Amino acid sequence: MCSRPEPPEPLRRVAVVGGTHGNEMSGVCLARYWLRAPGELQRPSFSAVPVLANPAATAACRRYVDCDLNRAFTSAFLTARAHPDDPYEVTRARELNQLLGPKASGQAFDFVLDLHNTTASMGTCLVAESSHDVFAMHLCHHLQLQSPELPCRVFLYQLPGEESYSVHSVAKSGLGLELGPQPQGVLRADLLARMRALVAAALDFIQLFNQAYRKVSSVDFPRTETGDLAGTVHPQLQDRDFEPLRPGAPIFQMFGGKDVLYEGESTVYPVFINEAAYYEKGIAFFQTEKLTFSVPALPGLAPAPSPAP
Amino acid sequence: MTYHVVEDPIKKVAIFGGTHGNELTGVFLVKHWLENGAEIQRTGLEVKPFITNPRAVKKCTRYIDCDLNRVFDPGNLGKRMSEDLPYEVRRAQEINHLFGPKDSEDSYDIIFDLHNTTSNMGCTLILEDSRNDFLIQMFHYIKTSLAPLPCYIYLIEHPSLKYATTRSIAKYPVGIEVGPQPQGVLRADILDQMRKMIKYALDFIHNFNEGKEFPPCAIEVYKIMEKVDYPRNENGEIAAIIHPNLQDQDWKPLRPEDPVFLTLDGETIPLGGDCTVYPTFVNEAAYYEKKEAFAKTTILTLKAKSIRSSLH
Repeated sequence: MCSRPEPPEPLRRVAVVGGTHGNEMSGVCLARYWLRAPGELQRPSFSAVPVLANPAATAACRRYVDCDLNRAFTSAFLTARAHPDDPYEVTRARELNQLLGPKASGQAFDFVLDLHNTTASMGTCLVAESSHDVFAMHLCHHLQLQSPELPCRVFLYQLPGEESYSVHSVAKSGLGLELGPQPQGVLRADLLARMRALVAAALDFIQLFNQAYRKVSSVDFPRTETGDLAGTVHPQLQDRDFEPLRPGAPIFQMFGGKDVLYEGESTVYPVFINEAAYYEKGIAFFQTEKLTFSVPALPGLAPAPSPAP
Repeated sequence: MTYHVVEDPIKKVAIFGGTHGNELTGVFLVKHWLENGAEIQRTGLEVKPFITNPRAVKKCTRYIDCDLNRVFDPGNLGKRMSEDLPYEVRRAQEINHLFGPKDSEDSYDIIFDLHNTTSNMGCTLILEDSRNDFLIQMFHYIKTSLAPLPCYIYLIEHPSLKYATTRSIAKYPVGIEVGPQPQGVLRADILDQMRKMIKYALDFIHNFNEGKEFPPCAIEVYKIMEKVDYPRNENGEIAAIIHPNLQDQDWKPLRPEDPVFLTLDGETIPLGGDCTVYPTFVNEAAYYEKKEAFAKTTILTLKAKSIRSSLH
C-alpha cells in the first residue's frame, strides 16, 4: 500500500512569537515593535500575527515568573483543570493554547515562529522537534540558502518517545529561531537585524509556498465511459510543474493521437502533474493561480503592550 | 631628597563576591577560596573572602529587593533595623557591622569587590578617590603586571554620579570589574583574568608591607562625566538600541559625529556635543533599568607620590 501525499494547503494563520523568555531581548523588542507597527509582517496571501508570549516575565526582564513557559505546552499542563494556585506560565500556556491552538486540533494556527536568544555561541540556529515536520524542514533549507555566508544550523531537540512541549508545538507546524551569543537582558543591534531578516525570509517563504500551492481546482485525466484512462498527460505538460499553462496549450494526449487543449480563460500554474497516487483520486494535475490580495490581521489576538518598567 | 608618603602597613583585607548574585566569577572565586584559601594568603595579612548577597546568589539574580551596591550611604546604614526594610538594606547594615563601621578606625583596610559586566570592558579597576596615592600605586602595579593584557581604570569620583558601594566601608575600596560575560554564566577566560588581578593586588600589598618603596608613578584613568540613557517612547520603552558601531567599543574614542543609537526604523542618532568622549559600560544588561545605555568618560592622568610602609 503506497502512501498518499496530501496536497498542501496554503498557510493562512501564522504567528511570530517573542518574549517566551522575558529576558531574551531580540524577540521581546521585535514583538513589541510589531504590536505597534505590524506592517512588515504582512504578505499578499496572509498576515503574521505578533505575540508577546510572557508579558509578566518580559516586564520583569526575567526568563520566567514561576516556571519555563517553553516547557509548559504538554497535554498534561494544557488539559488539566485550572486552579487558582497554578503557576503563572501554566495559566499563560492555556491562554496561548486558546489563541494559537488548540494543540493537535484542526483549528490550530498553521505556523508559529518562536524567537529566542542564547548566551551560547550558537550563531543562527533553527530549532524543530524532529524532521517529521516537512514544511518546517523545507523552511530551514530555504533559510540556510538565504545566507550562505552565515552558517544556519538545524537542531532537532525531541528525544524518542518524548512529547513536544514548546510554544511552537501548539501549531500545525512551527520553528524556534535561536540566535546567540547575547547576554540575557541585552539587546545587540547585530543580532536584532539578523533576527528581523530571518523572520522576513521565513514569511517570504510562506508567501512563496502559498502562491505556488494556491489550489483552484483539479483536472482529471480524459476517461472512457467505463472510467478507464483515455489519454495521458501531454509531453509538453509533463514535468512542467509551476510553469505557466496558457489557454490553448496542450494538456492531454489521447491514446488515439488527438491533443486535448487547456480551455480556461487565464494562465494557471499546474502542480502535481502526473502524480501516481492521484490517478485513483481522479487528479491529473492541480490548477493553481497566483493571486495578490491583502488579508487584514485578525483582531483581538495580540495582547496589549505591557506597561513601562 | 624624595618625598615619601608613609602609610601604615595593611592588616585586614576582604574580598567580596556575589554583591550581584548573577555575576558569577566573583561568586565562584569566593566560594573556592572559602574552601581553600591558600592562593589568597600572604604572610602577615588577613585576607577574608566573603559572599555579600547570599540570597541573590542562591537565586542567581542581581538582587532580591534593591541593589546592594547602592545602599551603603549613611541614610540607609543608619536606619532602624526592622523586618520591613528591604533585604539588601538589612544586609548592608550587617556587612557594615562586620567589615566597617564605615568611616571609623575599625573598618577593614582594603575591600576588593568582584563584579562582572555584559559590556566589553576587559579588566577594569574602579577608583573612587583621585587623590589616593596608595591605590594609584596599587593600580599602577596591577596594570603593569597584567600587560600586555589591557587593564582600564575607571574613576567614579563625581559630585552626583558617585554611588555608595559595598566596598566603600573600607579605608581603601577597590572595584574589580571584568567583562564581557553574560549574567548567570561562568567563563574560564574571564575567571583567569579576575584571578590574576587579585593575585597582583595581593602581591602589591605584601610587597608594600615588606617595606618595598614604590617610586612616584602616573596612571591614565577614565573619569566619569555623564550617563546617557536610551531614547525611549511615551511608554518608557526603549525606542533605539546601541548602534553596531558602538557595540563592544568600550574605552575607544567616540566623536560627536559618530553614531551611538539605532532606531528600529533605521534612523541613526549621533553622539552630538562638542568633544570626544570615551564610552564605558556600553550595553550593560543591568543598567537598562538604571537608565544608562553607556557612560561618557574623559581621560585624565593621575599622579601618585612615592609610598612606603611606616614600619620600615
